[in-house]
Amino acid sequence: MDLKTLARNLHPLERKVVPFLKATNDFNDLVGKTGMQEVEVMRALQWLSNRDILKIHEQEKDSLTLGKNGLLYKEKGLPERRFLKNISEKPIPLSELARKASLDPAEVNICLGTLKGKAAINIKKEKELMISIAENGKKLAAKETLEERFLKKPFPIDITTLKAEEKFAFDSLKKRKDILMLKKLKIKTIELTARGKELTKIKIDSKNTLDKLTPSILKTGSWKKKTFREYDVTINVPKVYGGKRHFVNQSVDYIRKIWLELGFTEMTGNMIQTSFWDLDSLFVPQDHPARQMQDTFYIKDPKQGKLPPIWKKIKDVHENGADTGSKGWGGKWSEEIAKENLLRTHTTVLSAQTLAKIKESDLPAKFFSVGKVFRNEALDYKHLFEFYQVEGIVVDPDADFTNLKGYLKEFFTKMGFLDVRIRPAHFPYTEPSAEVEVLHPIHKEWVELGGAGIFRPELTKPLIGKEIPVLAWGLGMGRTISEYWKIKDIRELYKNDLKQMREMKYWMK
Amino acid sequence: MPTITLNRKVFEKLVGKRLPTDKLKERISFLGTDLESIDDKEINVEIFPNRPDMLSEQGFSRAFSSFIGEKTGLKKYNVKKSPHKLIVEESVRKARPYTAVAIVKGLHFDDEKIREVIQIQEKLHITYGRNRKKVAIGIYPFEKIKTPIRFIGMKPKDIRFQPLEYPKEINGLEILSKHPAGKEYGHLLEGKDTFPVFIDANDKILSVPPIINSHDIGKITEKTREVFIECSGFDYDVLAICLNIIVTALADMGGEIHSMDLSLYGKKRISPDLSPKEMKIDLDYVNKRLGLKLSQTDLKKYLERMGYGYEKGKALVPSYRADVLHQIDLIEDIAIAYGYENIPEVIPKVATIGSEDPFYIFKRKVSEILAGLGLQECKTFHLTNKDLQNKAMNINLNLIELANALNQEYDVLAAWNIPMLLDVLKANKHHEYPQNIFSLGTVFKKDASEETGVLEQERLASLLCSEHTDYTRTRQVLDYLLRMIGLDYKIISVEHPSFIKGRVGRVIVKGKKIAFIGEISPEVLENFELEFPVAAFELNLTELFGLL
Repeated sequence: MDLKTLARNLHPLERKVVPFLKATNDFNDLVGKTGMQEVEVMRALQWLSNRDILKIHEQEKDSLTLGKNGLLYKEKGLPERRFLKNISEKPIPLSELARKASLDPAEVNICLGTLKGKAAINIKKEKELMISIAENGKKLAAKETLEERFLKKPFPIDITTLKAEEKFAFDSLKKRKDILMLKKLKIKTIELTARGKELTKIKIDSKNTLDKLTPSILKTGSWKKKTFREYDVTINVPKVYGGKRHFVNQSVDYIRKIWLELGFTEMTGNMIQTSFWDLDSLFVPQDHPARQMQDTFYIKDPKQGKLPPIWKKIKDVHENGADTGSKGWGGKWSEEIAKENLLRTHTTVLSAQTLAKIKESDLPAKFFSVGKVFRNEALDYKHLFEFYQVEGIVVDPDADFTNLKGYLKEFFTKMGFLDVRIRPAHFPYTEPSAEVEVLHPIHKEWVELGGAGIFRPELTKPLIGKEIPVLAWGLGMGRTISEYWKIKDIRELYKNDLKQMREMKYWMK
Repeated sequence: MPTITLNRKVFEKLVGKRLPTDKLKERISFLGTDLESIDDKEINVEIFPNRPDMLSEQGFSRAFSSFIGEKTGLKKYNVKKSPHKLIVEESVRKARPYTAVAIVKGLHFDDEKIREVIQIQEKLHITYGRNRKKVAIGIYPFEKIKTPIRFIGMKPKDIRFQPLEYPKEINGLEILSKHPAGKEYGHLLEGKDTFPVFIDANDKILSVPPIINSHDIGKITEKTREVFIECSGFDYDVLAICLNIIVTALADMGGEIHSMDLSLYGKKRISPDLSPKEMKIDLDYVNKRLGLKLSQTDLKKYLERMGYGYEKGKALVPSYRADVLHQIDLIEDIAIAYGYENIPEVIPKVATIGSEDPFYIFKRKVSEILAGLGLQECKTFHLTNKDLQNKAMNINLNLIELANALNQEYDVLAAWNIPMLLDVLKANKHHEYPQNIFSLGTVFKKDASEETGVLEQERLASLLCSEHTDYTRTRQVLDYLLRMIGLDYKIISVEHPSFIKGRVGRVIVKGKKIAFIGEISPEVLENFELEFPVAAFELNLTELFGLL
């Protein structure tokens, strides 16, 4: 861009700064001369530097600034000045003087010391100390001290530029509390480039340049004879953030979408459940370790819920297998244990409730849920006490183990894992049971993502009324979700850090 | 889940074949056990709770050997009949009614083997024995015992003997209060008038199960060649299986099993009984569940690979298997022998029509509407604490408490969501304002008409926080939301201790109170150390959805 065009397209802030660039190369000075705010000058200089008009140099220097007392004294005067101002030949009680001169006890003591040393005051001891001015004091009161002159200077001050008498004032003031502070300060200086020097010679005329298109300009049509100041369209702008759904919910929605695409119907249900639905109806024996307090959260009050009418069938199956062809677990099944309320340990509880409601005419049927489950586990970077489980069942008289593998494969392919395998495992409610693993696409390791199997006849027969194979799985997605969002500590899923959430990209699947 | 440690040399000898490490790793994990670690000397394997018979070096090696096709089929164990008797007397019925017993001879113990036997016993105690509640196992030097042995109930203070690793003789009550095992397992005998006792023909006490053996005649040493084993508990079948797991492991160590005559409340039994249980197996059922086309020959082959026998439509289930309740359990083992990895992946061509829960759709729309106004959705736990729900909010709601919370930070279920979002604002004070956020979450309250006695409803909380936040702005959010949903509403002025008096309202839709809206009171803001005003509403989505 030639300089004339450039001059015409200067931003109003740049336009204000450019004329002063010949006169000074100091940033603070420039701020003073232009009468603009620091940020405005800085912004203008930054733009001008982008246009190759100037360079901004930053240098660290020891510089003096005023401390808390320094600022106060600069405004109100030094304590000894105020002290002198408030005394005359007529003695005044020290306490009254302190009040009039608004001096605190420490300052009073300093004044007494220094002024007495200079023989500027007379002190008489009556009930309390009485102060009057001495001859030296009158002289002192008449002239400005070096310290006072020093305080009047504009701060910050570059310490290397101090003159001899300023040095004297500096040495004296720095001994006193909180007056001066030595700081490393960034000093900005401006150096004009060759182009910059040229630019300062050009008369900047903005009469025919339009800055902003306003409604009145549009109305009058005055833009017709003018040109628009051109923007630097390549420049960065401040960030804005939109409102959005929580990133975990974005992932959950995707998982839900996959099951919907595969023709599954959603199951929903409560988080607090009786042990009956969460465990007994799933043929988990009543003395199973998973029921222990260290694994499952129980509710204090109401401690127990009600049993549905189907409980008698479940009791029989546990005790002797009933009509399922099974031996059952043996022993006595307790209603009291089954009534205990807990926070659901798996969403398989929803599958059990769905099976209890299903009619044979509904088959084949497929169900899914993506819901929260709870485990009595301490919070750490790998464990949450409350997390999502992805649940699915296929209720189909013709379903078999090969289909279980088929559905899992289909789901994980859509999730981005191309290799899925199952390994033998054990769960009380499935037989055969399987552990589901996927091959991590980057680390090339098998990662365990959940359990699967075919529900046992001891479960399906009492719930459905007939032994129909039900393929089932319960998958954990925390790890996959964390990995997508590049989260290493699983607690961050629920940290609600606004900056992190604002910056986070969208789930683009 | 329990893990066992195998000496690799012993393991290879028992298996009868050496496999390269890679192959070994792969095969172990496809047997239905989890390999923890492996090196030249040791293998660590995690055993699933359905297979207590694999909790010993012998048991695991036996299963593995047949799985890889080395020593397949039902393994035969000889039991010699002995004249020794054990009598279970009526007096023990209330304390611990059953026991299964055996004698094993010809053992050669060294330190390592003794440790191994104790390990088997302990692993079985913890898992299958449910910490000795279901099964307690005792192993004794048989040389020191005179039969017949009696299993009787005795008054605790009449029981006097020196318990294992204890310096002197004490009575039954003292065992519970003084002996470490008594302190740990004493609760299993709590409140019983009589304690179960094994006592020999010389009236010497062998043990008080499930607590402790005698120091004198209840401790095996390197000199022990013959052992007496008992499993005591409440279900004879369970005890017999546990006993069989132990005696077959000891037989695999070189022992010789001898049976005893067991008199169970007058009924006679020979214990142990190592004959296999027959279970009918239907080839069609197997093929239907697995989706395979196996023949009778295949069936036999795969059952034998898993240590079963097979005869004319019947599987012979080894006497040490605890997990075979139903034919379906055989099918899993057939699948394991066939190899899970060899089962094809098939999606059936059956059309079903998927459908999303309508309430979830509604909730998603609500979130989208608020996100459209620039609010950021947050996600909080449903577990929280009383201080946050009540104290910080200057209110006293009835909260549902956990019976066994891990800590006080998460010991109740949420009754409302605004407190959790105020906590989010508190944690985000160093970030840019305005901070306008919302969240959806379930809230919990007592309701006797529910199955669990708790009513669960979904609520939306929406909070605006900035210098310029006030009632009008939050009201605009609510107004926009309800207009977009298409519901008319009105607001009545109410009082609420968490909000500023005169700046809080109750939102009513079709006569139902469905939300609170207002400016949060400065006392509450102080509790959260917030420096900007917050205006908020909390809306019952479950109720609202019902009004659509």
